[in-house]
Amino acid sequence: MLLSECRPGQAGVITGILGNGPLVQRLMEMGLVAGTRIRVLRLAPLGDPMEVELHDYFLSLRRSEADAVEVEI
Amino acid sequence: MITPTATRRVAIIGNPNTGKSSIFNALTGLSQKVGNYPGVTVEKKTGVLTPGIELIDLPGTYSLAAHSPDEMLAVRVLLGDHEGEPAPDLVVVIADATTLQRNLYLATQVIEIGLPTIIALNMIDVADSRGISVNTRGLSKALGVPVIATIANRRLGVEELREAILGGLDLPAPLPGWTWPEPIAREMKELESKFGTDGFLLRRALIDENGPAEALLASRVGGDMRGALEGARARIREHAPSAAALEAEMRHRWIGEATAPYVQRTAKGRRRTERIDDVLIHRIFGLPIFILVMGAVFISIFAWAAPFMDMIIGFFDGLGTTVVELLAGTPFAGGALESMVVEGMIAGVGGILAFLPQIVFLFLFIAILEDCGYMARAAFLMDRLFRVFRLSGSSFIPLLSSFACAVPGIMATRTIGNARDRMVTVLIAPFMSCSARMPVYSLMIAAFLPARMIAGFLPLQGLIFGAMYFVGIFAAIPAAVLLKRFLVKGPRSTFVMEMPAYKVPNPRSVGIRILERSRTFLRQAGTIIFAMSVVVWALGYFPRPAEIGARFDEERGHAERTMIGAERAEVLHRIHKEEAGAYVRASFLGRAGHFLEPAVVPLGWDWKIGMATVASFPAREIIVSTLNIIYDLGEESGDGDEREALIGKLAAARRENGQPVFTIPVALSIMVFFALCCQCGATLAAIKRETNSWRWTSFTFLYMTVLAYIGALVVYQVGTAMMG
Repeated sequence: MLLSECRPGQAGVITGILGNGPLVQRLMEMGLVAGTRIRVLRLAPLGDPMEVELHDYFLSLRRSEADAVEVEI
Repeated sequence: MITPTATRRVAIIGNPNTGKSSIFNALTGLSQKVGNYPGVTVEKKTGVLTPGIELIDLPGTYSLAAHSPDEMLAVRVLLGDHEGEPAPDLVVVIADATTLQRNLYLATQVIEIGLPTIIALNMIDVADSRGISVNTRGLSKALGVPVIATIANRRLGVEELREAILGGLDLPAPLPGWTWPEPIAREMKELESKFGTDGFLLRRALIDENGPAEALLASRVGGDMRGALEGARARIREHAPSAAALEAEMRHRWIGEATAPYVQRTAKGRRRTERIDDVLIHRIFGLPIFILVMGAVFISIFAWAAPFMDMIIGFFDGLGTTVVELLAGTPFAGGALESMVVEGMIAGVGGILAFLPQIVFLFLFIAILEDCGYMARAAFLMDRLFRVFRLSGSSFIPLLSSFACAVPGIMATRTIGNARDRMVTVLIAPFMSCSARMPVYSLMIAAFLPARMIAGFLPLQGLIFGAMYFVGIFAAIPAAVLLKRFLVKGPRSTFVMEMPAYKVPNPRSVGIRILERSRTFLRQAGTIIFAMSVVVWALGYFPRPAEIGARFDEERGHAERTMIGAERAEVLHRIHKEEAGAYVRASFLGRAGHFLEPAVVPLGWDWKIGMATVASFPAREIIVSTLNIIYDLGEESGDGDEREALIGKLAAARRENGQPVFTIPVALSIMVFFALCCQCGATLAAIKRETNSWRWTSFTFLYMTVLAYIGALVVYQVGTAMMG
């Protein structure tokens, strides 16, 4: 499933990154690559963005940006 | 050939939030200087490690794959391709021991550049408390570069780092222990043989499609560089999603495998930061808490600044009086020089310095928010809302600050990651009604808006006051959308943002930041405001028609001859004020007012209002004192009886045809003009500094003035039609 579809509390492994371009490159640089463990912490009060944890740090990204990340829960 | 100077240069680079500033401060102390790199909006920060060794603090970045010209700056400095300055002799990468994987991404890229490199592994105490322990010696072997452990905010390891830097200047170039995936390596060989260029920049140009590295290389190397790069990328895409994906995958895999033996983890419970966030950015309570915190801080700033403001105003008033006393009895008494010093320089500079306490408190508030980590949470909470205006949540704090004063707000835009969003935020910040507009609003409202109640319990005056703030906001929103769409070019905004761990702000680093920013403000305000104050003074002082002087001298003579005591003193005082009024009305400024009158008639203004508005272009609060003088009330400004007197005069002012000058629509149009116009030299100076461009600064001034004019026009015409 896509990271954007995950609910707070869910955790799993990234299986792939979809697409190309600067956004995707940035995501990968920040550690979102296949094989990385990732956990969804919460959504913002207005529903967006979402906060995740990976590689010992916390990252916030918009749901539309999380559409590029495939995960397996 | 010019012998290069003996100064060795050491660049410092690292992810944001790694304590890079602490280390830089610890190594350079107060020798640090901040300036601007020409052509980009990022600051240039340098300092002295020891005489002969200069430290350059490069902007925090996650990767050398620059996505914007600002990020490209670090790359160019490291490649020795910036302003003819040679490449640094050594690079220190500050890595956060608690997030080693991500930090080493940048470190491995830096190592590839081929300069002597040292890694400072900071915050090992925090790592320790999280159950992460790092074998720095082993790590150093794996990476092929020295690794120094530091705890910068406790000044531990800093001496070792300094020693390592001194020794490191003679290190050989590091050898990367990782190999590039075959598709990339193959294309690199092709490109190298075809174009005779090689190495880091070429590989970055290949991987970062349409990025700054490609642009730089294409401009340097002839031939069809771009075409060749495109071809290479297409061939790579036969084997993988993209060259960037190959790089990321290679790097992360190598880092994971190479560092695994040297990083031990013991499982710990949920982190403190996460538990704090459970409260502060709670799905339901997060926003109310946020609004409360922001409101409380904001109100405190005004409350704490007030007594200091009064002190400064009192000081400058006293200074003016002292100068007059000093000059009494000298040939300068009552003359042009005295006036220039007292009414031009002292009043002008004093006026802007009165806002210094508020500005300093804002710097304090912003610095604490940044350092403790809550700033990122504010952006997280506000992002969805700001998306509506095509901005991101990072614009919230800068724009909020601008409601007190745009200068700190504009400086705070540095935290906005996306260059395009940052520019747009800078350009709309002056729309947030700042404290200097309050005297204008309250004067107009007190004088002309009836103290009535709407619906029995809502005070009209209060509502209008509040509405003025919304005028700015409602102008800023379409401005932001249009600016972003048509005028401000750059990469698409993304909101991928690290949420740093909460930490107690370091008083020293907060203090240094406030000091440095205040120094900048004073220097900007000092020069621009000083210059503008003298100019405005001169335009309001000259020429001094002899007839006016003669007329009032006659009146004065008559009073001195025929009156005594208190009555005499009062009359002389009145004559003095009327004379000042007559002079100012006959001055260049007055003539400008007359000249502009046809232009401001559609706004419902007369020439005096036009004149006072023009006079307040350096600093909007000047309008109050200018109106005082024009209406023969002398230079006293502001509160109490003097304000009542001004209100009385304004209310009584009549045009030639007997109609009142100031009607409600006129008052509203004046307020709307001031709400939308950028009448502040300090703000323009701040915009110039942050955008590094006279073009954008003058554009802001012009477009806001035009908008202010149209707004005032519409309000007056519609208002008169409705009330008429």
